[in-house]
Amino acid sequence: MTVFDEELQHLKEKLLKMGSLVEDAIKNSIHALVDRDNALAHKVIDNDRLVNTLDVEIDEESIRLIALRQPMATDLRFITMAMKITTDLERMGDFAVNIAERALELNEEPVLKPYIDIPKMREIAQGMIRDALNAFVKKDKQLAMDVIMRDDQVDDLKRDVLEELALFMAKDPTTVSRAMKVSFVAQYLERVADHATNIAEMVIYLVEGKIIRHMAPPTEH
Amino acid sequence: MLEQIELRVKGLNFYYSGGIHALKQISLPVYSNQVTALIGPSGCGKTTLLRCFNRMHDLYPGNRYEGEIYFVKDNILSPDMDLISLRSRVGMVFQKPTPFPMSIFDNIAYGLKLKGIKKRAELSERVEKALRHAALWDEAKDKLNASAYDLSGGQQQRLVIARALAVNPEVLLFDEPTSALDPISTAKIEELFATLKKDVTIIIVTHNMQQAARISDWTGFMMLGELIEFGKTDKIFTAPSEKLTEDYVTGRFG
Repeated sequence: MTVFDEELQHLKEKLLKMGSLVEDAIKNSIHALVDRDNALAHKVIDNDRLVNTLDVEIDEESIRLIALRQPMATDLRFITMAMKITTDLERMGDFAVNIAERALELNEEPVLKPYIDIPKMREIAQGMIRDALNAFVKKDKQLAMDVIMRDDQVDDLKRDVLEELALFMAKDPTTVSRAMKVSFVAQYLERVADHATNIAEMVIYLVEGKIIRHMAPPTEH
Repeated sequence: MLEQIELRVKGLNFYYSGGIHALKQISLPVYSNQVTALIGPSGCGKTTLLRCFNRMHDLYPGNRYEGEIYFVKDNILSPDMDLISLRSRVGMVFQKPTPFPMSIFDNIAYGLKLKGIKKRAELSERVEKALRHAALWDEAKDKLNASAYDLSGGQQQRLVIARALAVNPEVLLFDEPTSALDPISTAKIEELFATLKKDVTIIIVTHNMQQAARISDWTGFMMLGELIEFGKTDKIFTAPSEKLTEDYVTGRFG
């Protein structure tokens, strides 16, 4: 393995580490909500700085490699996409913090209703993050396409959650504050899935050299 | 945008006098007023290909071409091609600067005089124009009668470019024109390409991939006498189609 290959490997490992921290943050933030666990919510909020640190480190490392190694072709695509991915991951980390904050607020009040769809959304979104990053480091286009397809499931679940919460609010105005907070959580998870989709789209660029972002799928034409 | 083709290489094979098959079935277009870079490992045939465009190989007996290179509509490789005329239409600049042992002015006037231009005023005008074109005028205007050897390496290389430009060629061939120059001189020559290509079509052989990436519009990657891939430079360096090109441009060759 050349020195440059080792540096790329190091960058890959950092990305995967950042990804797993974000995955844990999303998982724990929802557990903090469902299990009414304030300590876990605080842990999610505290740990976000680890994500932020990696965000900066990966960007610095990528800039250094571009300047000193003048990467070309697949290496160039890998490094530039790595820099973009950190932005998406960092944003997902922020959403986990937002969820943890809503959990802390909701934990102060009586339970509105049992959480059913939100844990489902969490599970799908978390899987999307993991698979999008694995697809990226393994240059696995098929897995990336699969992640992109899963985004619709999260969107559908969010819509169901919002509709159900709207009914609560319409029936009993005293639930509005809580229902709003829960719907925020659903929104955050939906955004997390969108960011995972962004990463999956970058995998397509990495593998094929073609940017598919903002392109409607062929069936919609 | 519709690109105009200056030179079209069709099924070119080249054999050195010893029998070595140095170019194998090369076909590619060379677009007008664009810079085409040829890259590839040592011995891949890129310089051999470059030297076909002005029939330099004819200087040594026994070398043999097969196939065609159309220059507009004439086949350069045809036996009845007028080589003197071809070489004034297709100029060449080498790795090491090759000024003639004469003054700066005479270096450039030389080709013009061969073309029959005798009037001092016209010669002066054409010399100035060529020197300006090669971005050397400001540095050379006060010492036109000094020996060309008084110039630095980078200036000599620009003098050679000015000398080639003076006879109004349609194509300029560059064989590693900056590999013997320092980074500042290299940057000046590279900068020059952007203005030169408004008037001439440029083909450059370079070992420096970053240089090819910086200055060319089209890139051909060669290996073992074959053209592996030819395409837009940005495509070749961001997302080449061929695995061999990928391995070469990322430095994972062999």
